[in-house]
Amino acid sequence: MKNDIAISVNGLTKRFGNFTAVDSISFEVRKGEIFGFLGANGAGKTTAMRMLCGLSYPTSGIGTVAGYDISRQAEQIKRHIGYMSQKFSLYEELTVSENLTLFATIYGMTDKAIKEKTAEVFRTLGMENMRDTLVKDIPTGWKQKLAFSAATMHTPEVVFLDEPTGGVDPVTRRKFWEMIYRASSEGMTIFVTTHYLDEAEYCNRISIMVDGRIKALDSPESLKKKYGAETMDEVFRIVARDAKRGDLKCLYSHQ
Amino acid sequence: MSIFASMIKKETLHLLRDFRTMTVVLIMPLVLLLLFGFAISTEVNNVNVVAVVERHTDDTRQILEKFRVNPYFTFKGIVPFNEVEPMLRAGKTDAALVLRYDDDRLLHQIIVDASNTNTAQTSTAYIESVLNGNTDMPIITNTLYNPQLKSAYNFVPGIMGMIFILICAMMTSVSIVSEKETGTMDLLLVSPVRPRTIILGKIVPYFLLSCIILTLMLLLSYTILGLPFSASVINVVWVTILYIALALSLGLLISTLVSNQVTALLVSGVLFMLPVIMLSGMMFPIENMPVLLQWFSCIIPARWYISAMRTLMIQQLSASYIITEITILAAMTMAVMILAIKKINTKN
Repeated sequence: MKNDIAISVNGLTKRFGNFTAVDSISFEVRKGEIFGFLGANGAGKTTAMRMLCGLSYPTSGIGTVAGYDISRQAEQIKRHIGYMSQKFSLYEELTVSENLTLFATIYGMTDKAIKEKTAEVFRTLGMENMRDTLVKDIPTGWKQKLAFSAATMHTPEVVFLDEPTGGVDPVTRRKFWEMIYRASSEGMTIFVTTHYLDEAEYCNRISIMVDGRIKALDSPESLKKKYGAETMDEVFRIVARDAKRGDLKCLYSHQ
Repeated sequence: MSIFASMIKKETLHLLRDFRTMTVVLIMPLVLLLLFGFAISTEVNNVNVVAVVERHTDDTRQILEKFRVNPYFTFKGIVPFNEVEPMLRAGKTDAALVLRYDDDRLLHQIIVDASNTNTAQTSTAYIESVLNGNTDMPIITNTLYNPQLKSAYNFVPGIMGMIFILICAMMTSVSIVSEKETGTMDLLLVSPVRPRTIILGKIVPYFLLSCIILTLMLLLSYTILGLPFSASVINVVWVTILYIALALSLGLLISTLVSNQVTALLVSGVLFMLPVIMLSGMMFPIENMPVLLQWFSCIIPARWYISAMRTLMIQQLSASYIITEITILAAMTMAVMILAIKKINTKN
């Protein structure tokens, strides 16, 4: 396997009974890349991501994340990835700094490293005055930034972001993408699912999943050229024309 | 700090900061104990009694005198026979004692208002026992273990059986399921934390909380409620710890089966609380139930726990008398724990 590959997947398939949620997908993500994983709700994005994170076993196919096999080395993978779920989940009854310390400890950081890193996070986010505020009392936008910081405290090789900008206003979303770029420039690979098509433009490369299969995969510019489209929105309409599963309306409603 | 310690710290902080739940959890057992111990008493006091006397003799005078001085009765006087029913109906008296002579033999008849069966039975028994002193063949009753028939600490085993199911099963399952709902459980699952550390980190704080409650309840029982103190308290503690372990495993099992907090609450409430109250023998004797319910009561852990606690706390017997109960509880704990861990370890 090549050294500059962060994620590599070949023929990855997941079946639930007769239902094939993910149908033999193959792709590679380079180190430091921001890889957008697009698809309507129900297209199989989350299922694919759960297999990459070691939360679920593939029915067939192979894959590696950070150089570890997803079927056999799930425990190793867990040490080298960060994960942020769509709900910006943190512990509501814990303070901001308690949350950061908890997740840093879980990822095996030393007390000293935790101290330095939390101080840095507070400085860059400008959150020093919220250190001892309970997470339930801080605004959603801050929660989202904090969840991202908690997921990247241990500088993982790959960060999985599951619809990280859902329900957040455009300004906050833009700021959030700045954080993603910063993490990427530090060498972290970003794997992000989204259904905001304008966000797809921020990614280095994107894949579009339809009915469990990857229907298109390239940089946003090339995709637009290939389909003769002006915007990613149009690209998506063309690619997902024949979709049988999923609620496309929900995708467009955000435009 | 180790991962395990930080998981426990997280859970404990969550528990402590939920001030309302904490207060309820700590105060409720004590309030229940005091309520059942003192306010809700199965003893019947101040039974109103009237007497119908056909012919006054030394015997009848003697009997009436006993009712006048007995603290359990309020003697309302002698009335003509035709007034008995109106008085019972109007609630002016609970029972009437009719004393008649057949030739020279004194006959007693007790007429009692049975609209409340419990009171009726108890007061009839009282009246009979007062009358017994006057018959030729007194009945000797020995009340063992609880000679004063005090009900104050009779409820302690039942309440303990209920409380620990409530705290351990209900609170653990709700807290785990709420992590599923908020998504923090996913964060833990994708992290290097081992599943067993996640589970232990959840269980240990609730276990400690249960131990604190156990201590408080025992203190209250042995002081205010006047439960006789003996060496059996050691057995009480370890059998309770076994029961707590069982309740925690049940909570874990529920949390693997349901996916939202309301269901978790309903399942633990309906599936555990109600049967514990109705079928465990806490309130209604199992022996009086239809056979089908008697069988059903066998699968309720609290039935065995409460029965063991009665033996240990009230009869003050040694652990050798509760081997059946301990074996069943231990087997249940093992079975539920294995099932829960198996459920947790299977991922799709």
